[in-house]
Amino acid sequence: MTTFPLLAVLLPFIAASAALLLSRWPHHRTTTTAPRDPSPGRSASGLSTPGGSAPDRSAPSPPTPAEPTPAEYPPAVPAAVPGPTKPTSRPHQTVKEIKAHPTAEAANQRANTRAAWLAILPTAAAALVTIWLAWGPGFAFLSDGTSTSPPTGQTYGTIVTGGIPISLTLQADNLSSILGVLVTLVALAVQIYSVGYLKDDPRYPSYSAFISLFTSAMLLVVYAGDLLVLYVGWEIMGLCSYLLIGHWWEDRANSRAAIKAFLVTRLGDVGFLFGIFVLGTAAGSFRISEVLAKVPEMSTATLVTATMLLLAGVAGKSAQVPLHTWLPDAMAGPTPISALIHAATMVAAGIFIVARLFPAFQHAPPTLDVLAVVAALGMLGAALAALAQDDLKRVLAYSTVSQLAYMAGGLAANSDTAAIFHLLTHGAFKALLFLCAGAVIHHVGSNLMTQMGGLRRELPVTFVTMTIGFAALMGIPPASGFFSKDGVLLAMDDALSSSVLTDAAAFLLYGCALATVAVTGAYAARAWLRTFFGETRAVALPEPEPGTAHVVDVREAPRTMLVPIVLLAVPALLLGFAGEPHLDLGVAAISVVLALLGAGVVYAFWRSDPIADPARLLGPLRGPCERAFYVDGLYAALFVRPVLALARLVVRTDDVVVDGAVRGSGRSARGLSGVLRLAQNGNVQLYVSGVLAGVLLIAVGAVVFT
Amino acid sequence: MMGGWLPITLLAVPLLGALLLLLAPHALRPILRTYGLVVSGIALAPAVLLVVTFDYGRAAAPQFEVDVPWIPGLGLRFHLGVDGISLPLVALTALLTFLCFVYLCWGRTRDSGPFMSDRPRALVFTLLVLEVGMIGTFLALDLLLFFVFFEIVLIPMYFLIGIWGGEGRRGAAVKFILYTLLGSVVMLLGLLIVWAQAGTLDIEALTAAHGSGMSRSVQILAFVAIGIGLAVKTPMWPLHTWLPDAHTEAPTVGSVLLAGVLLKMGTYGFARIAIPVLPEGAAAVAPWLGAFAVVGIVYGALACLAQRDLKRMIAYSSVGHMGFVLLGFATLTPVGTNGALFANVAHGLITGLLFFLAGAIKERHHTADMPSLGGGLLARVPRLGSVLTFAAIASLGLPGLAGFWGEMLALLGAFQPANGLPRGLFLTYMVIGGLGALLTAAYFLVMLSRVTHGRPHDTTPQPLPGTPAGTPRPDPIHATPDERPTAPAASSGRLPATITLDPSTGPPDPRQEDITRHELLAWTPLVVLTVLFGLWPGLLLSLTTPAVQVLLGAVS
Repeated sequence: MTTFPLLAVLLPFIAASAALLLSRWPHHRTTTTAPRDPSPGRSASGLSTPGGSAPDRSAPSPPTPAEPTPAEYPPAVPAAVPGPTKPTSRPHQTVKEIKAHPTAEAANQRANTRAAWLAILPTAAAALVTIWLAWGPGFAFLSDGTSTSPPTGQTYGTIVTGGIPISLTLQADNLSSILGVLVTLVALAVQIYSVGYLKDDPRYPSYSAFISLFTSAMLLVVYAGDLLVLYVGWEIMGLCSYLLIGHWWEDRANSRAAIKAFLVTRLGDVGFLFGIFVLGTAAGSFRISEVLAKVPEMSTATLVTATMLLLAGVAGKSAQVPLHTWLPDAMAGPTPISALIHAATMVAAGIFIVARLFPAFQHAPPTLDVLAVVAALGMLGAALAALAQDDLKRVLAYSTVSQLAYMAGGLAANSDTAAIFHLLTHGAFKALLFLCAGAVIHHVGSNLMTQMGGLRRELPVTFVTMTIGFAALMGIPPASGFFSKDGVLLAMDDALSSSVLTDAAAFLLYGCALATVAVTGAYAARAWLRTFFGETRAVALPEPEPGTAHVVDVREAPRTMLVPIVLLAVPALLLGFAGEPHLDLGVAAISVVLALLGAGVVYAFWRSDPIADPARLLGPLRGPCERAFYVDGLYAALFVRPVLALARLVVRTDDVVVDGAVRGSGRSARGLSGVLRLAQNGNVQLYVSGVLAGVLLIAVGAVVFT
Repeated sequence: MMGGWLPITLLAVPLLGALLLLLAPHALRPILRTYGLVVSGIALAPAVLLVVTFDYGRAAAPQFEVDVPWIPGLGLRFHLGVDGISLPLVALTALLTFLCFVYLCWGRTRDSGPFMSDRPRALVFTLLVLEVGMIGTFLALDLLLFFVFFEIVLIPMYFLIGIWGGEGRRGAAVKFILYTLLGSVVMLLGLLIVWAQAGTLDIEALTAAHGSGMSRSVQILAFVAIGIGLAVKTPMWPLHTWLPDAHTEAPTVGSVLLAGVLLKMGTYGFARIAIPVLPEGAAAVAPWLGAFAVVGIVYGALACLAQRDLKRMIAYSSVGHMGFVLLGFATLTPVGTNGALFANVAHGLITGLLFFLAGAIKERHHTADMPSLGGGLLARVPRLGSVLTFAAIASLGLPGLAGFWGEMLALLGAFQPANGLPRGLFLTYMVIGGLGALLTAAYFLVMLSRVTHGRPHDTTPQPLPGTPAGTPRPDPIHATPDERPTAPAASSGRLPATITLDPSTGPPDPRQEDITRHELLAWTPLVVLTVLFGLWPGLLLSLTTPAVQVLLGAVS
């Protein structure tokens, strides 16, 4: 048992390494045949590398005008790609190419299949391990925080640093064991789903490897017993996020979104690292248990500094105001990634770390106040922004920001159990929502809700499951979100009367939370109505460029996509009953009424004109909401552009001033030597005159001074 | 004294190899490529043996010592030895030189580049002499011996840049040698001050004395003088301007050795001589050193952000990374010094790899100008693009790879500097350094975006309007991200004809060649070590920690 946390971390890690190393393996197959043909052969083999990550190679045969019909191979239909037979139908190709292509394609298929197994099996094994770990404590963390059983795990050595050592401890306590289960199960669902979603993507092997690496890093965060070990996992998640958001890097916009995600989170992480320094130095150890044991002895100033700095990292990772701007752009990645990282796991890490170090935060009341204000602003602002988005994934992205703010608010209201419970249910229902959105997008070929509509007839399974997801998001009983949101609201209600928060912060938090419930109902209803009801708006999508879209001509998504969706729908619906629901009827009634009110208003607007966007109810606010209150533009003007201008200034300064001084000294030395050279002109008369003049000077000097 | 033959062998093998080239030029001509490889391989063997037989229990004390009189009249001794600080650097030097020969041995066979085909004998000779100088610098335990090796390195590097370099090689080489020689002269003055005051040149004895016998003002003077010499080599802002030119013009192996080893000689000098021998001087100058270091971090990062040339960008990134190393030293704490030494080795591995990659890209495209490269490297040469991504991510200091630990420990050292140093000032340095790390991430990611991402077809050199403005900005993106995977067939449909498989469309573009075997051979050890040290930093830290505690004995 004690090695299980390590096992859970290592399994996906090894899978990721293996998949990355093997992803280009079939390459060798084709190169071996290459040297027969001198130079073109080499390039051909270099080009047809199947497992390579390039889109141009190995892709299922670029359709040329001479191709029969594109319909012959619908890309996403499972087992419908008749690999080896296809290229023979290309009359214009040379014999060599025909030989090269079936191998390339078959190898590509093989690589993808192998990568799928390499991804799914270790993740499943890790899931089993985490479930085993969580079996004993069960939901002990949620039911009551008092029964603290000793954590399972061990220390695998210490790294000397010359100062405070780093101990490689991996352990599972009540909190981390339930989160480990969430992480691995969602990761497993996403891995299975991705098999169908990215079936023909030649970069699927690296993609699935990055998910495995991500899973491993998140588990490292969850199980780490040392703050710096935790930080390692914390940053690797950022990297995986970067790599996966930029999965379709052909489009520079995706690349920019990936950069933005990495940099914004890393900005927070700088603060986070310094927070670790403060805590670790004050406690004399980076071990979480020892840090928490020393918390009562630390001065409030130390704790406030440390927690404020940690909060920067939390805001970055969990996409809280003011570092939330990366998350909506992160939707540039494939949809399963949005489900995995940007809904269920990575963004949850920020909330997790606050819960993990909760005693430190509890002893720093100013930090909790700040957290409350940040959460209050974030939840309402993001919900309003979600109401105005046209892109289905961006709706969900802003909804994630808003829901994470709920958890942050729960933490600020001094209830880590309520926050973690909401984190769990949110992990389930938001992953479900994203995967459903992926199925919808997969079907429609567009993210935009203006192009959706009436899909409930075409996608019955997705409709039902996504309805469950939206119900959970709105907090409609009996879906899981109802119970967890109720817990958070209850905690905020209690905070009004207790002295954890200052009165103003508590009022602001509770007020915003209630308002957000209504807005959440509104935007969830809007997305639901515009996606599944009304007329089918996409009359006939223009025939997509061959191979560009994942348009399928079957009614539902492939089975690999549907199974995870259906399986996720179960916890999204029922998880609420797991954690000993402690209901407060008054709060529950208010929240349900508010949610229904929001939904009702949207329904009324939608009913009056099903074609128009119900977002018009925002009136003049709609513009600002759609642009998320212009925060992006503000940051660009405040930070990005000045930094770039400064960079150009530095380059110019470096050339003109710093190097200019160097060159100038070189030039002046040469100039000086030029002057001296005048004397060395080879004219003997001049030399003799010089000597005589010198002698004269010396003589005069001798006479005068002696 | 046991095992003293190992350091001697380390120096003797490349030296004899070089001499043999002079003595028997004609016999060796046909096997020149293999010859360099074999000699550097034989030189690598004692380095490996050194690593294997090193007594890790006493990493603090020099081992494998050789101590014989050299110039008795002056009291100079030929004193060599290895301890926990120099061992990684010696091994790194031997390894990098060997990898350079691996790269040269099989590379360029079909390309009539100006490299191995142009005066190959001289090239092998130059590199072997360079290796002697570099290894000697790290082995020397006598001040003047250190200085001699330190200077020996300059000459081959000058020729390496001046003969086999790019278009502006002459200017770059002259600037390199004049600048570093000027620094060396100042350093020599400092060394002579130490000699005059302490009466010995033996580094071991001087370290043990902890600066006793030298007044504070003398120590400060000597530290500044030695420090300037080392800072030129490191390079420390604002004495860095020789570096970008040298790197840009140097051939690939020159850049690799320059970044991988030569810069380390400067920082090694701080750890070996300046700080332990002159502790009071170090304590007095440390705040200044830290200030220059953090300015270098931010300045280097900003300069990188607006660079067009890939090699120049990596060169400026060295300024930033060396800033972290200097910051670590400036804290005068075991943590910071450990971090500095770790960052030193990590930088050697990672930046060495980066320069190999930049060289490979330049070789394929005949330019390292990023706008002209046009992006899409991951599509054209996916393996090369992947390794470049790896190296860039390692270099930006991702935890789990070697680049992180050094920088983290340097910052941790700055969080709590040694007693007597102004804490508030160092806290400021820490914050600035942290922001510098963020900027480091920014320019590497922007570089990756420019070079590896995008569609491969925009390769035509397009001078972007107002070139620095061509830097892709991490702009807010309001456009709907296109969910549809355009990857598989679409881009291939749009590729230029030369990339299709049809041989009839003309001669294949040589640029399309992905990583070749010799490149893979040369790069794999660097990648493996980067991952290894990243996942298990204790490997290096357990080696340096005892030695560092001895070095800082007087300071802390």
